[in-house]
Amino acid sequence: MHQEYTVVEGDFVNAGKASSSVKKTLKQLNVNPQVIKRVVVALYEAEVNAIAHAYGGTVSVDIDADKIRMVVADKGPGIPDIAWAMEEGHSTARPEVRDMGFGAGMGLPNMQKNVDHLNVTSEVGVGTTVEMEVKFV
Amino acid sequence: MFYHALQVEDGRCIGCSRCMKICPTEAIRIRGGKASIQEHRCIDCGKCYEVCPAQAITVAADDFEAIHRYSHPVALLPAVFMGQFPDDISVSRVYATLQELGFAHVMEVESAASIFADAKNKYARENPDRFPLISSFCPAIVRLIQIKYPSLVENIMPIKVPLDISAMYALAELQSRGIPCEEIGLFYITPCAAKIAAVKAPVGEEKSLIDGVINMSLLYNRVYKKIKELGKDYQYKPLSRQRLSADAILSTLTNGERRICAAKRSYAIDGIENVMDFLDKLENDEVEGIEFLELRACDQSCAGALLSCDNRFLCGERMYTRARKAAERERNGEMSRDREMDKFKSHLIEHSLVDEVQPRSMMVLDPDISKALAKMEKIEHMKEHLPQIDCGVCGAPTCEAFATDVVCGQGDLHQCVFYRLHLESKGKMTLGEGRSNMYAVWGDDRISGEIEV
Repeated sequence: MHQEYTVVEGDFVNAGKASSSVKKTLKQLNVNPQVIKRVVVALYEAEVNAIAHAYGGTVSVDIDADKIRMVVADKGPGIPDIAWAMEEGHSTARPEVRDMGFGAGMGLPNMQKNVDHLNVTSEVGVGTTVEMEVKFV
Repeated sequence: MFYHALQVEDGRCIGCSRCMKICPTEAIRIRGGKASIQEHRCIDCGKCYEVCPAQAITVAADDFEAIHRYSHPVALLPAVFMGQFPDDISVSRVYATLQELGFAHVMEVESAASIFADAKNKYARENPDRFPLISSFCPAIVRLIQIKYPSLVENIMPIKVPLDISAMYALAELQSRGIPCEEIGLFYITPCAAKIAAVKAPVGEEKSLIDGVINMSLLYNRVYKKIKELGKDYQYKPLSRQRLSADAILSTLTNGERRICAAKRSYAIDGIENVMDFLDKLENDEVEGIEFLELRACDQSCAGALLSCDNRFLCGERMYTRARKAAERERNGEMSRDREMDKFKSHLIEHSLVDEVQPRSMMVLDPDISKALAKMEKIEHMKEHLPQIDCGVCGAPTCEAFATDVVCGQGDLHQCVFYRLHLESKGKMTLGEGRSNMYAVWGDDRISGEIEV
């Protein structure tokens, strides 16, 4: 089962559309509610990241009988030091984004906490790709 | 499988599909020209009842005459019942008239509002790890969460509502006066269908103490008629009754629980669409730091309940007026006899817990995830070909609901009028076959002669 969503830069109104849709799908698949919660929280964080800090991007989701794989690929600006950004409180957010209440540096750590597997790759000036995997059992 | 108070009376149903389109849980389909309710999806909210132009949706309550089976029938009234009557009919007159009609005792269930509030506050203090706590007050909301938001069932406080607490009180109090249990008949006067379902098929309890449920609007007619018959000069027998506090009177209206709860951050949300919108956010963890939620299915809460006879705002205002008078009495130190219940308070609080609410998701396509995935792929494929205009001619509320029905063996793809036209134009279906598909959904008397304009 494959699903794709587009995330538009600065479109906070529609933040959560992809995670809500994935949530509905997982409910129909009878996935454990607590697992659904972890998926939704992680994906929502990633969605907001692409909207707030990056220049938008795409969310693609693949669901199998035993796991969900989510890839959120944004269009930059990229993270120079991923290991640093993975620490709680570390953020590369621009000042205007921080003014809106984002950029507390909790996004990536929160994703890490909720998924079974997280892989972040980034190239400055090109974009960041967040790959996440959650097992259903 | 699940008890429902809302039923379709086939003889009256005109198959107009208004109910199908308004149902918040997509529980209604049209088959053979009549509406049919899918019981695993229905939450007894009553939206269908409100919108039906043919009074074909009925509320299955008990017959009034059932009260005569007991030598001590007790009327357990919701405070909104008093809000139905014009200003010149006093609360004591309504109480006395209920006695004239045959009730031996009359009690407003909101007398238990303060005990309900105490039990909730106690639970909140002991369970901060379960925030945000959701009030168990509205049975339609409890059922909505069970079927549509299974991950949130553990946030529902497993606490008896004022109705059940007052029933426990009435039983204990009357028995303490030497009246045998089997002579006491507890009758709840219900303002909505969901409360009937809650009594007949309680969530978190084996059986309710309530012996019968009486439709509030029917009782209103009876009481009002009796008052008119007896006339203005009739001398009522004085009746001992509990005076409700202002907090108790307001507790069934929107914000009624929230305004007296101890939570730091809380919301009161009424109207089922508003509630669903909020629960979607809550389920995504998009809103944080909430301690308490008062959620009510009806707009203006119980003042807007489906068996409320008068306009919800008029009813609400009358309740506010009554609450203001009660508050004035309280300020003058003249209180309120609802403290009588305090004698039994420790007993009532001790017995106020029920079992945890269990989820019963309506969303699951198949218990086996591989099969569910296969079904979902089929639904997605079907959706690409369906018109996506949610016309409802197939007898389902949306194209998506229709596709789901088809995949789950509860619908026939040929019921889609667009797909049928496609098949007919390709010569893969005859006009006659198309027509019998139409009849299957809408009945065979819908297509009449030619219209001259």
